[in-house]
Amino acid sequence: MSSLFEYTLRLGDDSLILGHRLSEWCGHGPVLEEDIAMTNIALDLVGQATSLLNYAGEVEGKERDGDSLAFLRFDREYKNLLLVEQPNGDFAITMVRQFLFDAYRKPLFERMQNSKDTMLASIAEKSLKETRYHLKHSSEWVIRMGDGTEESNRRAQEAVNTLWRYTSELFIIDELESKMADQGISPNLMEIEDDWKKTVDAVFKEATLTIPKNNWKQSGGRNGMHSEHLGYILTELQYMQRAYPNMKW
Amino acid sequence: MNELSIDKLKSRFQEKIDNDIKIEPNDWMPDDYRQTLIRQISQHAHSEIVGMLPEGNWITRAPNLRRKAVLLAKVQDEAGHGLYLYSAAETLGADREETIDDLHTGKAKYSSIFNYPTLTWADMGAIGWLVDGAAIMNQVPLCRCSYGPYARAMVRVCKEESFHQRQGFEIMSTLANGSPEQKAMAQDALNRFWWPALMMFGPNDAESKHTEQSMRWKIKRNTNDELRQQFIDVTVPQAAMIGLTIPDKDMQFNEDTGNYIHGPINWDEFWEVVKGNGPCNKDRIDVRRRAKENGEWVREAANAYAEKRARRKSA
Ligand SMILES: [Fe+2]
Ligand SMILES: [Fe+2]
Ligand SMILES: [Fe+2]
Repeated sequence: MSSLFEYTLRLGDDSLILGHRLSEWCGHGPVLEEDIAMTNIALDLVGQATSLLNYAGEVEGKERDGDSLAFLRFDREYKNLLLVEQPNGDFAITMVRQFLFDAYRKPLFERMQNSKDTMLASIAEKSLKETRYHLKHSSEWVIRMGDGTEESNRRAQEAVNTLWRYTSELFIIDELESKMADQGISPNLMEIEDDWKKTVDAVFKEATLTIPKNNWKQSGGRNGMHSEHLGYILTELQYMQRAYPNMKW
Repeated sequence: MNELSIDKLKSRFQEKIDNDIKIEPNDWMPDDYRQTLIRQISQHAHSEIVGMLPEGNWITRAPNLRRKAVLLAKVQDEAGHGLYLYSAAETLGADREETIDDLHTGKAKYSSIFNYPTLTWADMGAIGWLVDGAAIMNQVPLCRCSYGPYARAMVRVCKEESFHQRQGFEIMSTLANGSPEQKAMAQDALNRFWWPALMMFGPNDAESKHTEQSMRWKIKRNTNDELRQQFIDVTVPQAAMIGLTIPDKDMQFNEDTGNYIHGPINWDEFWEVVKGNGPCNKDRIDVRRRAKENGEWVREAANAYAEKRARRKSA
């Protein structure tokens, strides 16, 4: 399997699975404006997933397109981060999850604009505009919740405590990451981590939230070792393609 | 204010209406006119919001990425329509949250079509094609409604509704031209949604209690039966074009008028659904109420934060 294919899948699956999770909110948001915003972000993520997975299919060269990659792989072949597949929980879990991800995605896309791979560079450039808005939106909510009421502060802090264990996976430099970085295709994850930390520190400070001391860490998504949640996401996501194979929609 | 000046105001108001001059929020208007509009606009807003649910039901199961994106975009539009309409109702003095509470207690109604379940993917096609199609028939004349903010909201809404109708018809035509299973799925969806779609235009003119006054005020421009007929005349040939059968064995084409004459509508079913006894009435309202309850702490947090910020700024 080519490294570029595998790397592009990672990016595409992050967008696909987080977009899926956010779209579960549609019609259930805490306020109408937020229903619109979350649907809009989900739409951006599905759009990114489409570009990335179509490109992954091209790179692979086995006549698989974005749809066959999105809908017809088996569980262990999905390479998204554990963070993005975590259940929506309450609005605090959803927005903290979004914030932790956006704060990583923005510096990633910023640097990926200079990728030696011109296709990834152009997808990054287009996605960066959206991601800037996503980060602004999720940061503002983290601050509002953290510095809002006693209840919202408690819920936001609980969300941070719940999700923190999934954040170190964002910055694991495995063989694939270092190979891609060496080739000038992917940015250096250590630099992204620095940026991420700065954003998280600044926003948490304003939100009066604290980083949990517990350093318990989870990883595995990048190698297809997921949480139990992914199977249920795929059950819904793949339902039509599995029940009615080889049809046009 | 004395009797005479009220009469004067009333006649000046009707004169404006007769001359197609728009009524704006700060203009004098009879209380009945205001109440009729508030009822109609908030009912319309609720329909947009409740209408997100049957389609939202298929977003996570859409069959491919393109359909998923289009469906997300469509449902997002409906939320936007709800927002414009609640704002239009607010120009008449109707508080958004109170209006929404009326929906949750059952005091306010919404389009009965959304009380039917979406059972298969083809229902996304049937809803776009028939439900948004019927909504366009209802709403295009509303772009000329006498109340300015409502008319202007409808102009924006109608542009998007025609995209919704097209994407629905495209889903249906893809299915109708697909495998036997897909074609059966499309026909089944048409069978289930056809009659409820006809009911969207409301009771027959003879039974419709608000029509006459609304037409005099130019809130309404056409009667329920006229709009229903227009919808049928446009839709029947579309069904034929993609090889689907309208589930009405009594339907006849009138050579003289060029109209398709439909068979009897089951008005008992319509009134049952309006009363709250449709297959999904309870689910829809429960979901909306729960969204509001679960969101309460979020709205409180946003308000508390905004207040703190304002205080810090002034300090
Ligand atoms: Fe709409
Ligand atoms: Fe509408
Ligand atoms: Fe629509």
